[in-house]
Amino acid sequence: MRTLIYLFIGILFGITMFKSEAASWFRIYEMFKFESFHMYGIIGSALGIGIIVVQSIKKFKIKSFYGETIRFNPKAKSFSRYMFGGIIFGLGWALAGACPGPMFTLIGVGFTPILIVIIASILGTFLYGLFKDKLPH
Amino acid sequence: MNWIYEPWPWYVSGPMIAFIMFLLLMVGKNFGMSANLRTMCTICGAGNKTDFFKFDWKSQKWNLVVILGAIIGGFIGSHFLTADMAVSINPDTIKDLNSLGFTSAGKTYLPTELFETESLLNLKTIVVLAIGGLLVGFGARYAGGCTSGHAISGLSDLQLPSLIAVIGFFIGGLVMIHILFPLIF
Repeated sequence: MRTLIYLFIGILFGITMFKSEAASWFRIYEMFKFESFHMYGIIGSALGIGIIVVQSIKKFKIKSFYGETIRFNPKAKSFSRYMFGGIIFGLGWALAGACPGPMFTLIGVGFTPILIVIIASILGTFLYGLFKDKLPH
Repeated sequence: MNWIYEPWPWYVSGPMIAFIMFLLLMVGKNFGMSANLRTMCTICGAGNKTDFFKFDWKSQKWNLVVILGAIIGGFIGSHFLTADMAVSINPDTIKDLNSLGFTSAGKTYLPTELFETESLLNLKTIVVLAIGGLLVGFGARYAGGCTSGHAISGLSDLQLPSLIAVIGFFIGGLVMIHILFPLIF
């Protein structure tokens, strides 16, 4: 049953990524050119509502559908890993025009070459795991 | 009913993303897609190489189901909810992309120059897509999250690390498009 709920949420996410055009390489390019409000509107409104949702859950101690406490995972304090990792991610995001959610949505749309991006991103994750201890965190 | 075939405006899309994050929180999970890439490494046996991948991947099965849903959602969105896949980007952006050699700008969902099945025969295209993917995977894990984990989940939780990461995303994206694109394409 829970698996079906996750599947439903995923389908909703996939439809949203496709219909919002956030999964379009063109929209990412246009965003970094500052030539449209579209992507900023999406991220900005998601964030605005997201802040209200998360802060309300914390303030009113809202429980999950299953009656459990909703846990947030605070990120470890650091500067370099977020800045360097972020820059590397941004370079790839703009080049491939897809981030780790939408790249899967694009398989469903039928763009075969996105598989190269996905396989390479799994490999990139693996390389991070290999060299993790040698990088500044 | 024709509106259903139109692209969703930002004020529908953004709240939907917040709603998806809300649903995940309410079933006791956190919204973060790049974690799946790590899980896939573990399934492929990367745990034998380094401890970073030594964890019980079954605890992440739920997220793989979400990503499976995201694939199905892409299929449904494009096959049943869309008449014309062309993305109407800014005419200035189209002109700009045309000059870089992307003649499909404004006419398709993704540039055919990179994402047409025939492009799999073009070495440069393969290298561009592979480097893009490598950077996304490496960077997301190094930064501890991607657009969903940092820009949506982390910032909604008012996390300073997520703000640093998102600033990094933008520095990287701006450098790629304004400085490196003219050299690559």
